[in-house]
Amino acid sequence: MNAVRSLAAPFLPFSAAVLAAALLFALFLAAQGFPALEALELVVEGAYGSSFAWQNTLSRAAPLMLTALCVALPARAGLVIIGGEGALAVGALAAAVVPAACAGWPALPVHLLMAAAGFIAGGAWIALSAWLRHARGINETISSLLLAYIGIALFNFLVEGVLRDPASLNKPSTTPLAESFLIGAMPGMEVHWGLFWGVLICLVMGFVVRQTVFGFAVGVVGGNPRAAMMAGLPVGGLILAACFLGGGAAGLAGMLEVAAVHGSANAALLAGYGYAGILVSFAARHNPLGIIACAILVGGIGASGSLLQRRIDLPDAATLVLQGGLFVALLAFETLNRKGVRRV
Amino acid sequence: MSDGGDSLAFGSLALALLGGALRVSTPFLFVSLGECITEKSGRINLGLEGILVLGAMSGYGVSLASGSPWLGVLAAGLCGLVMGLLHGGLCSLAKVNDIAVGISLMLFGTGLAFFLGKPLIQPQAPMLPSLELGAWSDSAQLQSALRINVLLPLGLLLALLLHWGFRASRWGLALRLVGDNAAAARALGYPVVAIRIGATAAGGFLAGVGGAFLSLYYPGSWNEGLSSGQGLMAVALVIFARWNPLRCALAALLFGAAGALGPALQSQGITAGYYLFNAAPYVLTLALMAASWMPGRSLAGAPGELSLTQR
Repeated sequence: MNAVRSLAAPFLPFSAAVLAAALLFALFLAAQGFPALEALELVVEGAYGSSFAWQNTLSRAAPLMLTALCVALPARAGLVIIGGEGALAVGALAAAVVPAACAGWPALPVHLLMAAAGFIAGGAWIALSAWLRHARGINETISSLLLAYIGIALFNFLVEGVLRDPASLNKPSTTPLAESFLIGAMPGMEVHWGLFWGVLICLVMGFVVRQTVFGFAVGVVGGNPRAAMMAGLPVGGLILAACFLGGGAAGLAGMLEVAAVHGSANAALLAGYGYAGILVSFAARHNPLGIIACAILVGGIGASGSLLQRRIDLPDAATLVLQGGLFVALLAFETLNRKGVRRV
Repeated sequence: MSDGGDSLAFGSLALALLGGALRVSTPFLFVSLGECITEKSGRINLGLEGILVLGAMSGYGVSLASGSPWLGVLAAGLCGLVMGLLHGGLCSLAKVNDIAVGISLMLFGTGLAFFLGKPLIQPQAPMLPSLELGAWSDSAQLQSALRINVLLPLGLLLALLLHWGFRASRWGLALRLVGDNAAAARALGYPVVAIRIGATAAGGFLAGVGGAFLSLYYPGSWNEGLSSGQGLMAVALVIFARWNPLRCALAALLFGAAGALGPALQSQGITAGYYLFNAAPYVLTLALMAASWMPGRSLAGAPGELSLTQR
């Protein structure tokens, strides 16, 4: 009985927050004369109501799982990183320049190289925040968001500058990938392979965090850095490693957006996955396994946007309001949680 | 090209930069003064970015509907006040972290502003007036550089007032006590939670006013790309200014100059690297944080209860 209760404990505040967010969203819409109940039904329908809706949701959930890891892994080490969008941008950029040098190669080594480039670029970007924190004491929350803006500026500068494909007239892009280099759909569904990688990496990270010495050491650093230092743990290295892995995951999301969705790096892939990933990770309490479910929830909200727009003429930012409201409600209901949770 | 041509180009660039700095610094000034009040109480509000965007939208909307930009400024401030109250209230709950709430309000505020601001992208609202401080000069460039907005002198006055108030007024002392040592403040009978909520609400009001400046003076329209991190940079700016309102004003000018670099170069016909120059304020913020934030030393002048500066 106690085991059941302790398993169910986090779900109560979570469900209460989801209900509260839905209620507030409905009131918000009703106050402006929109059909509130129909809107809520459309959110569910647009997210999970058909196989098409599921495909849309899962395609959005894939990058969200990876950008959420960019928040969750540093959070295990006690750092609040919110610059995942920047890691995604530089990861996409790094991945997009690889195929030009690999004309005529088979797809597998090219994909591996692209993934490595995206992972390293994204990882380095977030590790920089960790280093600034560790070496200079600079608050990592602020520095990571500033670095995100710098990364996005770099992205725009290069995509509209030296990396621009002259054939991309109205929509500046890098040179499109050759047909053979594109990452396709998984067998039997319209969702690209990014979903598989997102789930797999969340599972692996869940294992690393819970079952390995490294994961335990990172947790100790996050819980009490001074005690970790006294115990002889390499605090700086562990913080850097956790942030590198997290940033690398977000960089990989950028690589997948290039290779599986857009076919090149252009401004369209900066669609806010890095920011929505913050919500996903907080909703999952920075637990990599919980991230899989929360990414499907938040991805579903995003997926319902076009249906809301088409049927009842809501602005596309409606999904942002619902996501933001959900985030606020989740934090507010944290106070109901009887067990003390880390205050990250 | 001759030396004369070079110095002329440099002079006009400097003027463009000065004018730009005076324009761009105003939202920094208001947001940083607001954040200064909030942080003096021992809390940090990272949600000011969301408040800035929401203030820009509501200020523009009310100015459009009422015909008075000043009503727009007031509405923007009130929106910020409500968001500040929300932040202050949520953070007063047990187990709720002020940084996390700030991030959530950042996302919520921008989402709300984009939703409600959809119909405001096309129409043109009445703008805030400017003061022609350069009217004595017959140089058009100087006139344009010294054409300042009415909010700037108000903000500078406010900085002076806060500087005096933090030191000498009863509420200023209470605010600082609450921020430095909540236990002592509680022992003296001050309502710690209420003072913190009030300080966050006041900070939100000023951030909303800063947002109204964006949509009602410069750039002077409402669109979804209006703010990109000014609210957050203001948080870093307050730390750089060591929680001193007068230094906040100076730092805001510095940040304004960095933000004006891209547009000023563009006005001189230098368009290469436009995106890179626009990243100048972020690089400057990082560099200033690196310079002012020493490892292993506590920050001089930091409120003792501030989670941000504790390691």
